[in-house]
Parts: sequence; C-alpha cells; structure tokens
Amino acid sequence: MHQNAPSSEPIVSLRDVQKSFGPLRVLDGVSFAVQRGEVLALIGRSGSGKSTALRCIDRFEKVDGGEIVVCGHRVDRPDVDLRALRQDVGIVFQSYNLFPHLTIEQNITLAPCAVKGIATAQARDLARKVLAQVGLEEKLHAYPEQLSGGQQQRAAIARSLAMQPKVMLFDEVTSALDPELTAEVLKVIEQLAADGMTMVMVTHEMGFAKGIADRIVFMHRGKVHETGPASILTSPTTPELTQFVGTGNLKS
Amino acid sequence: MGGHLNINHLMFLGQGALWTIGLSVIALIGGGIVGFVIALARISPLKSVRLASATYVQLVQGTPLLVILFLGYFGLAAIGLKVSPLTAASASLTLYVAAYLGEIWRGCIQSVPKPQWEAAEGLALSRTQRMSKVILPQAIRIATPPTVGFMVQIIKNTSLASVVGFVELMRSGQIVNNSLFEPFAIYAIIAVTYFAMCYPLSLFSQRLERRMGRGRSNLAPA
Repeated sequence: MHQNAPSSEPIVSLRDVQKSFGPLRVLDGVSFAVQRGEVLALIGRSGSGKSTALRCIDRFEKVDGGEIVVCGHRVDRPDVDLRALRQDVGIVFQSYNLFPHLTIEQNITLAPCAVKGIATAQARDLARKVLAQVGLEEKLHAYPEQLSGGQQQRAAIARSLAMQPKVMLFDEVTSALDPELTAEVLKVIEQLAADGMTMVMVTHEMGFAKGIADRIVFMHRGKVHETGPASILTSPTTPELTQFVGTGNLKS
Repeated sequence: MGGHLNINHLMFLGQGALWTIGLSVIALIGGGIVGFVIALARISPLKSVRLASATYVQLVQGTPLLVILFLGYFGLAAIGLKVSPLTAASASLTLYVAAYLGEIWRGCIQSVPKPQWEAAEGLALSRTQRMSKVILPQAIRIATPPTVGFMVQIIKNTSLASVVGFVELMRSGQIVNNSLFEPFAIYAIIAVTYFAMCYPLSLFSQRLERRMGRGRSNLAPA
C-alpha cells in the first residue's frame, strides 16, 4: 500500500505529532523531516521531549496523534509492520545494551542471521567488516563485559550497522561515557556521517552537534522551538535557545 | 512389638529414600514443564492468558500441599477416577511445583533489564526470537540458583505424599516404626537421610549464586 519513498521524499518525517504520558503532554505538535544523507541533531533540555520524539520514529513509543512516515512506513498507524520498519531503522541507546551472554561477533551476527536469514559464514564476514568500521576488529571474540564503555558503544553501533539500516537513530549515545571515551564514539559517528549515512541524534554534545549536524532541531516544552542549520547554535534567534546555548552547553 | 533395627529395615528405608528421590524428580520435571508454560503465560501480551495463569498461581499458592494431595487422591476417587498413590502424588506435586517454579521463573525473566528487550526489538527480532535468543539465555543464568534452592523444598515436601499411602522415605519410616516402635531412633535416621539429600543441593545453590555475580555486569547505567 505504501511504496518506498522516492529519493526526493524525506527518509523520516513527523507531522504534528502528539504524545502524552498520562496528563503530561510530552510532544505537542512536533514536525520535522530528515532527507536522505542528512544529519539531524535533536537538542534541548531534559524533559523537552527530544528523546521521546526519537523513540517515536522507531515506534518504541506510540503516538496519540499526527503522522510519522519512516522509509515509507506509516509508523503512526497501528497496523505498521514493525519488523520491516526496524530493518530499515537502526537505533543505538545510551546504555549500549549489548547482549551480555553473547560474544561481540554473536551480538552482531544474531539479527542478520535470524531476521534476514543470512548464512553464518557470510554473517561473520559482515561482523568483521562492521567492526573494522568502528575500529574494533580485535574484539570479535570478546564478551561485552571485557570491553570499556566506549568500546561497547562502538560495538553496539557496529551491531546496528550490520543490519544495513537506511537511517540510524542515536539516543544520547555518549551520555554514559567520560570525555575521552566520548571522543572515540563521536569519531565513529563522524565517519558514518562522512560516508553519507542518514542520522537522527539526540545529543548534549553541542560542539559535536555544531560540527556534524546539517540541521538542528531545538525542542522546548514538547514543541520544535527553533530549527535551522548548525549556525543557529552560534546565533540563536529565540531567547530560549540563546539561554540554552549560553549556559555552558556549547563546548567546542 | 518385634526385635531390633536390622539390615532389612534399613534396606526398606533405603528403598523409601529412592522413592523420595524418584518422586522429587517426577515433580521437578513435570512441574518444570508446566511451570515454564506458566512463566510464559504470566508475561503474555494477552490479558486473559495473564489473568488465567495468575489465578492458577494464586489458587495453588493459597492452598496447603496436604490439601492438594488429599484432593488429588480422594477427590478423584470420589468422582469415580481411581488413581494410584504414585499417580496422585505425582500429579499433585506437579501442579504445586509448577505454580512456584512458574513464579520464580517469571521473576527471573522479568529481571532481565528492559533495555535488552528494546535492543532486541530494535534489531527487528520477532517476539519468539527475542525470548529464545536474548531473554531466556540470560534468565536461565539468573534462575539456576533459586531453582536448585527450590529443589530442596520439593524433596522435603514429598514427605507429605505419605498421607495418601505412597511409600517414600517418611512413610517407610512410619511402617518400620509400627513394627519396632523406636520412634526417636527411626525418625532421627529419616531426618539425617533428608538432610543428606538436601544439604548438598543447598550448598550447590549457594555456590551457583556466588558464581552468578560474574558475567552479568552489562546492566544499564543509571
């Protein structure tokens, strides 16, 4: 019924999205779109709704109203094919969420084998390839607990890449890491951006957002308060964004 | 009142002890299978299935095992089903163990951190794949120490099967005592035998619990 979007259509589009948790209105008419190859950074204070907006894209939250289209899937509809959607969308979490009982290689090959039916040998080659992309080839047979936080997060990115998603979502992926480990993860994401991956990221790293994002969406009280190219971080027009970037959030 | 405790009496008690082990194994296997279904039913996405399994667990946990055994043996006989003591004891213990193991295992499945489910969902795994490849392998590691610990309860509780005439360790002790009338000596032997069966399991459970401390450090940071 819904064909895959032609290349001129956005990969991700939200239109007037509404979402409440009980009496609390978390998303109040949120709209934005992400074009193919674009990097969009969602920023804002804690509680502004940015993480919820991101989770709605992969339908970890159901919306109350509005329209979400991701790679041709109508995510706002109850009959959306979740498994098809999630093959097109990769998501990386703040807490890495590697599977602790599996080696890094098994973590990576699990979904390609189980979901796409790829042969084991082929999946192993794929695991080597994506681990090389994040600089962790030597950790193929390690267990997650043997890796540092930064390495675990890079492995989680590799696991997501192995499904060859059309868009990647990053939910505060460096918030649990110290600055040194943050840098190694951000480097991997920068490389992905350079390779043309479409990405939506929720981040508190303003310097990073400024450097990598094609577009910034500043959320405030469940609404898109200000949006524009990365330059809005240095010359914001609304007082809220001015205050947000002025309170020491803009590290370079 | 006849004679002294001799080798024949001890052989008889030994046979009873073997039946205690046998009945425990039956209860563990039967209760394990049914309990696994209960555990899955308790976290089913269908509300009716959750409700039915929760009701079952509450009913069994709120009823003394002794009563369940009587119901199994005399109750079924009253409605025309003649069952042997072994069948009645096995069936009753299976129902009893299933309710407890089902709850223990449900807790273990649910104690696998929720982000693990989300990560598996994000990778497009189906519910069955998430359960079998991601959640259950982790839940089994968590479940092993309390399950081994619960086996101690099963072994001790099989002694109640003596009331329906099943000759396990307790019942064989009663029979021997009826002919020798040396209750203290005989029940001391029975107690030591139960202890000898249970204590190694308790130790094993404790060791497993200590060992579980390692290998599960990938919990979500706060």
